[in-house]
Amino acid sequence: MNSNRVTNIVVAGLGGQGVLKASDIIADVAFAAGLDVKKSEVHGMSQRGGSVASDVRFGEKVFSPMVPEGEADFLIVISEDQVPVNQHMLKKSGLVIDPTKIDVNQLRNKKSVNVALIGMLSRHLQFPEDAWVVALKKNLPEPLIEANLQAFNLGRG
Amino acid sequence: MTTGTEQITQLLSGDEAVALAAFDAGLALGTGYPGTPSTEILEYLDHLGGKAQWAPNEKVALEVAIGVAFAGGRAIATMKHVGLNVAADPLFTVAYMDVKGALVIVSADDPGMASSQNEQDNRRYAVAAGVPMFEPSDSQEAYDFTLKAIEVSERWSVPVLLRLTTRVCHSKTLVKRADPGTIKPAPKPHYEHDLKTHVMIPAHARPAHQRLRAKLAQMAEWNEQDGPNQLVPGYTSLGIITSGISYQHVREAAPDASVLKLGMTYPLPLELVRKFAASVERCVVVEEGDPYLVEGARMAGINVENKPEMYRFGELNVNRVRRIISGDTSPEPKPLPGKPPALCPGCPHRNAYTGLKDLDTIVAGDIGCYSLGVLPPFEAMHISVCMGASLGVALGMRHVLPPEQAKRVVSVIGDSTFIHSGITGVVEMVYNPPPTGHVLVILDNGITAMTGMQEHPATGRTLDHARTGKVVLEDLCRALGVKNVHVIDGTMDPMGLEKLIKEAIEKPELTIIVNRRACLLAAKAIKEYERINEQQPCN
Repeated sequence: MNSNRVTNIVVAGLGGQGVLKASDIIADVAFAAGLDVKKSEVHGMSQRGGSVASDVRFGEKVFSPMVPEGEADFLIVISEDQVPVNQHMLKKSGLVIDPTKIDVNQLRNKKSVNVALIGMLSRHLQFPEDAWVVALKKNLPEPLIEANLQAFNLGRG
Repeated sequence: MTTGTEQITQLLSGDEAVALAAFDAGLALGTGYPGTPSTEILEYLDHLGGKAQWAPNEKVALEVAIGVAFAGGRAIATMKHVGLNVAADPLFTVAYMDVKGALVIVSADDPGMASSQNEQDNRRYAVAAGVPMFEPSDSQEAYDFTLKAIEVSERWSVPVLLRLTTRVCHSKTLVKRADPGTIKPAPKPHYEHDLKTHVMIPAHARPAHQRLRAKLAQMAEWNEQDGPNQLVPGYTSLGIITSGISYQHVREAAPDASVLKLGMTYPLPLELVRKFAASVERCVVVEEGDPYLVEGARMAGINVENKPEMYRFGELNVNRVRRIISGDTSPEPKPLPGKPPALCPGCPHRNAYTGLKDLDTIVAGDIGCYSLGVLPPFEAMHISVCMGASLGVALGMRHVLPPEQAKRVVSVIGDSTFIHSGITGVVEMVYNPPPTGHVLVILDNGITAMTGMQEHPATGRTLDHARTGKVVLEDLCRALGVKNVHVIDGTMDPMGLEKLIKEAIEKPELTIIVNRRACLLAAKAIKEYERINEQQPCN
């Protein structure tokens, strides 16, 4: 990661899968690192199980809160059927992170797929592991923290 | 909670930033009706410990806020763009009236209609009503401009419009709080009679309108010199005039261009615009939605370039701004459609729609989760105009359709929407009953579900879920003069619900069926609120 350029991440999935939670966690980690961060989302009707996507951008200076089409470095997709819908956001050398890359049966709580995928993402970003743990704890209610730390570690490998 | 002395930087959404500024300014009251993308402002204000409450609708919210300001307090009224249509009546007149405290009206517009029925550009309201308007482009400006709006409101005794858009409301960006010493302390509420500015009879309103225009002229002059407008120097070959979120896309799409970013967009600082346009070879206006800035500039005889008409629709983004600048009007690539939202499995509205479909009804619906009854597998809602229109529109149809078709017309409305603007529809129903009677089904899931589980007057709980007075829908309907009022849980008794609707359709009388069962997503939380409230003494 080069701090002189903007890192673009798109998180996508269906309403109720934790898309916004995942993007909040990523944004918090970048914020804690002292970077300029912008996070964008559209919700409303999307709460009823429809497609949801959220953009996270960070770097020295970020202008638009929306990742331009074809410029995402990472596309995290929590529901596989949303990959084709969001593929156009990814740049040519970009990376798709989806549940096919993790063994979901190993998750203590099946709802933590979003956090397991964040764990996979964390391998590719130069933020310290502690920062991720702090952000996870900040964004999740106490009873869910253990299961999500397990999911994060599973993804981080 | 943070104390007012910390100037820490936080990552906040635009909505949260508005709430934080209002809180830091010692707001007396925040009031509004939940509407995406504005809803989180009052929720966050409450979270901060400020006084926030839901009103039955936007008109009432604005009226209450006007009262707070008349009494010398600082008030904010929040709503989505279509909510300002509901509040337009008080808006246009309060513009003439001297408010003593601050009155800030937030209009959260939804270009691209992420969750709205139209994409009206509420910048037009500023011009039409003659109220000054600020347009922030990120959360920092949402914070700063809220403080600025309070300042302008108090300085000129005018209501101020703070116009946000979805991307500003729901994007999180960095916010640094103001040094508390820089914020003028909130005045102490106090009322003194001032009939000439508080009673808008024609004799008072005529000079009041003239006073408003004089104030606007002063504010325009202030905006030229000291307004929150920003000049970003760049190449003189390309100049861009912009406002709101478009500014952010512009800086990324054209990093070398000269940019004039307008923060206060009514009254426009036209001399600033004129000077800027003259300083560049080509001057393009990049704005989302209507050509509001373009028209303003052109009417003042300033030659600026408008965006091609195709970019009037939907949101702008970096790619679209690049296309606007290069004059590219080739068809835009269409991404694959995503999965549309749907009624939740086990949603209490499902049985109602199954019943209505079985009975081959013509359903005039309303705004809320149950609008999803339009989509497959139900396809059981046929009309939807605006909040509360399910009754009036259906009654109009009943009046003129042949009886066989007329009696199949059914109105469907949610509990929160019923409180918002369905009640007067029932009054119309009682006052001008069609010969075939009419049927209204209130889909009462016990919460404002669509916007994310907000309370309303029929839940009997305030914004922070504490116990308060409760409007009982069936009692209200009976009191309004409807004799056939039934309450049923269609999830537990789907056949009973269908039978009730069928009988009501056959009767040439007025019938209201309250189909009551808590929203599946809210049921657990509602139980918990009720449990806590029962342990508290009732005030």
